[in-house]
Amino acid sequence: MRDPGLQPERTRLAWRRTTLAATVAAVLAAKSALQGGISVTGAVVCALCCVLWLGFLALAHRRIQLLAASPEPRALAPRHATATVLVTVALAVCGAGLLL
Amino acid sequence: MIEFVRNVRLWFAPEQVRREGGTPDYRFSLANERTFLAWLRTALALVGGGFAVDQFLPDLRWGWRVGLALALLAAGVLCALRAVNHWVRCERAMRRGEDLPVSRFPALLGLVVALVAVAMVFVVLVGWEG
Repeated sequence: MRDPGLQPERTRLAWRRTTLAATVAAVLAAKSALQGGISVTGAVVCALCCVLWLGFLALAHRRIQLLAASPEPRALAPRHATATVLVTVALAVCGAGLLL
Repeated sequence: MIEFVRNVRLWFAPEQVRREGGTPDYRFSLANERTFLAWLRTALALVGGGFAVDQFLPDLRWGWRVGLALALLAAGVLCALRAVNHWVRCERAMRRGEDLPVSRFPALLGLVVALVAVAMVFVVLVGWEG
């Protein structure tokens, strides 16, 4: 039976919102890296931010696929949650690296 | 703090979490996941705010600008780490049928954000041009 509370759909949309937030943060990071002309460090950090964003996108996509796969999806795997958090932390570390 | 270190091992070990207690109603797990994602968005917003302070306030004195940006980035990191930690603790509590863990973190984060806001007001009123 279809869940009348639409829990999997709500969770899927929560992942979408989070991906959007990650995109905004990654765009700001890339803009920060390329501020004041293109340097080698800036280009490397910008590329790193793009890779991190792609990683986040892949993680969100994987979870959305799992949510759609069964009517009663399994709970999020701890490794999956940790990976998304580590991507966020890495983005912040990039930012700190640019500042100092 | 020791509890936190013990939980860090759980972040990477799905088998260990699944071995405890019984599997709760999947809707509870999904609700827990959405709460985790909401905290992660808060963390991402703080990180984005850190980048924004650095970029869009170039007239600010260097110390203030870097200090505020670093404070926001650090708050983002803390928020993200605590998001996954709280998620694991809730998941475990649900499997064991215990009460959900309580937390001081929301109050703490509220205070930090308020402090940053007050600092911003102060900077705008007094130290804008350095």
